[in-house]
Amino acid sequence: MIRDLFSKKKKYATIPSEEAKQEVPEGLMTKCPKCKTIMYTKELRKINMVCNSCGHHHSLTAYERINLTLDENSFEEFEKDMIAMDPLEFPSYLEKSKIDREKTKLNEAIVTGTGTISGYPTVIGVMDARFRMGSMGSVVGEKIAIAIERAIETNKPFILFSASGGARMQEGVFSLMQMAKTSAALNQLHEKGLLFISVMTHPTTGGVSASFASLGDINLAEPGALIGFAGRRIIEQTIRQKLPDDFQTAEFLLEHGQLDKVVSRNEMRSTLGKMLQLHYPQVNGREGYLNG
Amino acid sequence: MAEQQLSFEKPIVELKNKISELKAFTAEKEIDLSGEIEKLEERLEQLEKDIYGNLNPWERVQIARHNKRPTTLDYIKRIFTDFIELHGDRLYGDDQAIVGGIARFEGLPVTIIGHQRGKDTKENIKRNFGMPHPEGYRKALRLMKQADKFNRPIICFIDTKGADPGIESEERGQSEAIARNLIEMSGLRVPVVCIVIGEGGSGGALALGVGDRIFMLENSTYSVISPEGAAALLWKDSSLAKRAAETMKITAPDLLELGLIDGMVQEVRGGAHRDVDQQAHEIAETLSQSLQELVGIEPETLVKKRYEKFKNIGEINHVSDIIVMK
Ligand SMILES: [Zn+2]
Repeated sequence: MIRDLFSKKKKYATIPSEEAKQEVPEGLMTKCPKCKTIMYTKELRKINMVCNSCGHHHSLTAYERINLTLDENSFEEFEKDMIAMDPLEFPSYLEKSKIDREKTKLNEAIVTGTGTISGYPTVIGVMDARFRMGSMGSVVGEKIAIAIERAIETNKPFILFSASGGARMQEGVFSLMQMAKTSAALNQLHEKGLLFISVMTHPTTGGVSASFASLGDINLAEPGALIGFAGRRIIEQTIRQKLPDDFQTAEFLLEHGQLDKVVSRNEMRSTLGKMLQLHYPQVNGREGYLNG
Repeated sequence: MAEQQLSFEKPIVELKNKISELKAFTAEKEIDLSGEIEKLEERLEQLEKDIYGNLNPWERVQIARHNKRPTTLDYIKRIFTDFIELHGDRLYGDDQAIVGGIARFEGLPVTIIGHQRGKDTKENIKRNFGMPHPEGYRKALRLMKQADKFNRPIICFIDTKGADPGIESEERGQSEAIARNLIEMSGLRVPVVCIVIGEGGSGGALALGVGDRIFMLENSTYSVISPEGAAALLWKDSSLAKRAAETMKITAPDLLELGLIDGMVQEVRGGAHRDVDQQAHEIAETLSQSLQELVGIEPETLVKKRYEKFKNIGEINHVSDIIVMK
């Protein structure tokens, strides 16, 4: 029945813009999981969901992140209408996807598009961990690959904020192969000499960590973000001992040479702006330097 | 190590025992039971056909994990000539869970890389049960780049439960090592042929799997998560692995039907371990055909087609206008 409402043929529908701005209903108060301080959600939102007593970075929705990162009204979304199919006929997958669509007002676990940061055009992708834990199925893989192709076509850099538990189990090997697909697309971007900045946010694990998220020319992360390949529980079971608290945090990765920089949320936009400026041949100053 | 007896093979084993008993009896008592024996042997033939011809996914998983199942090195010595193993990633160490080197296939110089399990406890400890650390993937990448430089086709044997999950692997960048192989493999300017010969577990398998052709042995598996892991996540009960093996569609026939692999290499009846020489021969034939198709293709075309191959994987729907208006 639900299937009848969806057309398999490609159709690019436009969704009224109010829908994008709708917020998820949530509690009046938010408790910080780290320092247990309770704040008005509204106040917390004003300070970009960063706890003002301990600095803990609460999760952002994809559109919150986009609003926070891109210049105002510069965002144009790609492939908004893509939704998951059920290639394995996996029990209750379609129902669960539908529930997540209603809950998050998103069609899938990633939003992609183009916009500007400090005036510099870029293609951007932002994952949203509320949708099926941000897992990567066919749609996430396809949207990333298409975004990269658009970056190549329009000669723009690509920035991706990841937030994902890894592969989407309900799509089995289709999901696994999205790791290869997104990485292969990045290889094309690389060949074109275009910049890719990967920003890992909480959490970036499994198949997402082991594909595009680790492949930035520059790899950034938000403070405290969980980043890693194997799940904590699996490692603990394998080695039969408790892992330290800071294991697989952004700071742990930085210390072990896996990241270029940990950037706090309040400095992310300006950091990305500076990085884009350094990579745009028109503005990076190289011409002027060479011409004396 | 004794050969593992799989539960679904019990009727076959019983019948085989009965036949050998009768044969022993014949010899001992000098009574002619050849008619009886012949009948039983016919029954055995039929029984084997019935059982091995209708394996369910969980039975295939058990064959893929059989303790006598041939490994990468078993195939290398049967399929290639002049194999020289090359060691180390030049960065940290020499991971024994991945083997690689140069050899000839039908006279053509090639690079071979594969996961390497052990067949007994001692060897498995040395090989970390075929679960590579980052240095294993980096060794593989080094050998691939070398093959690229010298224009040698690459053949990858995939056979791992998954990449090593451990503290040191995380510290040394397991994610980055796998991801790096994915991006670099996609850009290799030489033919890459991949064959799953046992278990193809998740990203740890895929890190040797970005090829122009992907094959699976009939009783091998390729999955995003092990059946046990899937069962634990889905139903909070790892004993439901049998059900997960069916739901997750991880067998060669499943993946062939889903269009995710290029072909399935037929196995010797009862599994590759029953006749390793014959199985190696079957693999060689598949390799031979693929390399004949691939060698000589322009590098640019090869890379472009490889990208298109992976770009095309995925099942996507689109929200219709009806839904949007609602
Ligand atoms: Zn706090």
